[in-house]
Amino acid sequence: MQYQQQQPQPVEDGLGTSGGTSGVNGHSGTQPVNPINRKKLASWVGFSNLPNQVHRRSMRRGFNFTAMVVGESGLGKSTLINTLFETKLYEPKQIPAPGVDRGRTVQIESISADIEENGVRLKLTVVDTPGFGDFVNNDESWRPIVDNIEARFDAYLEQENRVNRLKLVDNRVHACIYFIQPTGHSLKPIDIEFMRRLHTKVNLIPVIAKADTLTEEEVVLSKRRVLADIAHHGIRIFQPPQYENEDEETIQENEEIISKVPFAVVGSDNIVRSPNGREVRGRAYPWGVIEVDNEEHCDFVKLRQMLVRTHMEELREHTNDILYENYRTDKLKAMGVSQDESVFKETNPAAKQAEERALHEAKLAKMEAEMKMVFQQKVQEKEQKLKQSEEELYARHREMKEALEKQRLDLEDKKRRVESGRPLTPEKGTKKRFGIGK
Amino acid sequence: MTPNAPIEVQAGSYVGFDTITRQIEHKLLKRGFQFNVMVVGQTGLGKSTLINTLFASHLVESKGRIEPEAVSPSTTEIHAQSHIISENGVKLKLNIIDTPGYGDLINNEGCWDPIIKHIKDQHSAYLRKELTAMRDRYIPDTRVHCCLFFINPTGHTLKPIDIVVLKKLTDVVNVVPVIAKADSMTLEERALFKERIMAELQHHQVRLYPFDAEENDDEELQLNQRIRSMLPFAVVGSERNVVIDGKSVRGRKNRWGVINVEDERHCEFVYLRNFLTRTHLQDLIETTAQIHYETFRSKQLLALKESSAKQQQQSAPA
Repeated sequence: MQYQQQQPQPVEDGLGTSGGTSGVNGHSGTQPVNPINRKKLASWVGFSNLPNQVHRRSMRRGFNFTAMVVGESGLGKSTLINTLFETKLYEPKQIPAPGVDRGRTVQIESISADIEENGVRLKLTVVDTPGFGDFVNNDESWRPIVDNIEARFDAYLEQENRVNRLKLVDNRVHACIYFIQPTGHSLKPIDIEFMRRLHTKVNLIPVIAKADTLTEEEVVLSKRRVLADIAHHGIRIFQPPQYENEDEETIQENEEIISKVPFAVVGSDNIVRSPNGREVRGRAYPWGVIEVDNEEHCDFVKLRQMLVRTHMEELREHTNDILYENYRTDKLKAMGVSQDESVFKETNPAAKQAEERALHEAKLAKMEAEMKMVFQQKVQEKEQKLKQSEEELYARHREMKEALEKQRLDLEDKKRRVESGRPLTPEKGTKKRFGIGK
Repeated sequence: MTPNAPIEVQAGSYVGFDTITRQIEHKLLKRGFQFNVMVVGQTGLGKSTLINTLFASHLVESKGRIEPEAVSPSTTEIHAQSHIISENGVKLKLNIIDTPGYGDLINNEGCWDPIIKHIKDQHSAYLRKELTAMRDRYIPDTRVHCCLFFINPTGHTLKPIDIVVLKKLTDVVNVVPVIAKADSMTLEERALFKERIMAELQHHQVRLYPFDAEENDDEELQLNQRIRSMLPFAVVGSERNVVIDGKSVRGRKNRWGVINVEDERHCEFVYLRNFLTRTHLQDLIETTAQIHYETFRSKQLLALKESSAKQQQQSAPA
């Protein structure tokens, strides 16, 4: 909207930018560029309270977050989730007895929990994928996972297209934590294949699991190799976005987080005693105690920071604004819905329908006429053919009759001659030969 | 007429045939010993490092994929590397057979076939050399004496591919299962994991080395029992030295602790090494020759006899 002002003032404001004045003269739409007009306030208006209002509304509604964990079994996925959210979301796994058939396909299981902290309610859903990478033949093991993610997108798309859209439930997967085995080498083929299939549909966060088997140099090497592999295959993992007007501290934090990707994590929901007597969350080995919450020991703190404390909302936004929109665009294009430029055309749906129906009927009628014509043609042809063969038959009939007559006369002649006693050519007998043709 | 059982006699004075052991030793020392070991396991489990640690020398290079452009190797590239290490005048010719690419692909169906084929090929080559009319004096023994099977330290249980491969391997070679990278499990997790693995193996009736023979005396039987109770060995390998209490030992150093590979409280590397080299080395070679090779040989010869009998039958009526 153009803002008309009588006295363009040179603007100097606390923000430090010199905005150009918009010299408007009532013309609309002819200026190509609207320079930003920053005004200084004379007294306190009060809209700086907006974030608080948003805050109150969000608190009322509560938040919801869906994370998916993918990785071979035994990499510590359940433990890490328990550690991240400090709740025993996953009970210790029941190992099936030996010989029990463990199924052939990847299953998708999801667990939900409502947790609360300082009055903020979070509905956390974790989607687990048991069986991924565990079989002898893991072809297409990513397919059930991709199908599940797309199904959630579809569900949301459907909700958006409903008549009553007041209660939108967001079940889309906001983050996918992919667990890499701590081999120290590069990614395995199954890792690469999976990431390639999923990086456009979900925020991928690769983590190196069970990082307590790696020494410091191995961790650094491992990360470098994993990143090289990811770059080589063009896989897009989740990068915390950088904004211009953030403060120094946040920018530095962000940089630190980005520098540690992929995170080398260790999970533990047990409390152990560290060498200097403190009770910490960690794992106790004969040669030392690794503390999960210690930044020097592993990257768990950074992962938690990114996932929960600073970038949860980013993940949701990214899922909604980019991943979901891309999916929606592709899907609608595939369905043949084209972009309609004239949005506010006066379309009377009934007239449109009648028009369509008329078109359709015309088409049908045309088809009918065509078919009739073809039918007629064929009938004629057949008639002609039949007539021809009829005539032929008649002709032959006549011929044969004549031939027969002739034979008969012949035979009678011979009979008379035989009766009159005159010998002639050897007896032919009185057999009337009706042989039609030979 | 059955021969009478030999009667034990005590010689009157010292004869001197007890030096036969030294004569044999002398001969054998000149010839040297041959030991072939195969390592089977997924990439990144520390197989090459463990071999280097076991024999305290840099014998094999790690074959992991390092560059993104490199292609993962496939198991068809099985080859043996030969080394000769000597200690106190005893020469050991070591053949290390690595199996890169096992279990690394997305579809691992049949990835164990090249491995089994390789083992059988060695038996087959030896049999052929044995059966020729003009045999060499000492047939070079390339038969696989021991197969170290590396298990992924998941903490849960064996993977389906491991079970399939173990079943096939134990039929043709001595298999010693090993839990790789055991520094990722605490002691309780380790004990639980071992229990589950042994239960699983027993359920599938997989026969693990060491086997008990009748001629073993009590001491050996006890030793075997102890070894069996420790299977699978939870090991950590390292070629690099770290300093613990002023001493330089092989180990791994983290920010939060130092693992000493040779410390029994940390991992079971010492037991594995003693088992392989100090107590059961000769037994491994013998078992391969007497049990696995004999089974293979009898099957082959029977099959040969059958096929030649069939051929005779076919050619007789004609």
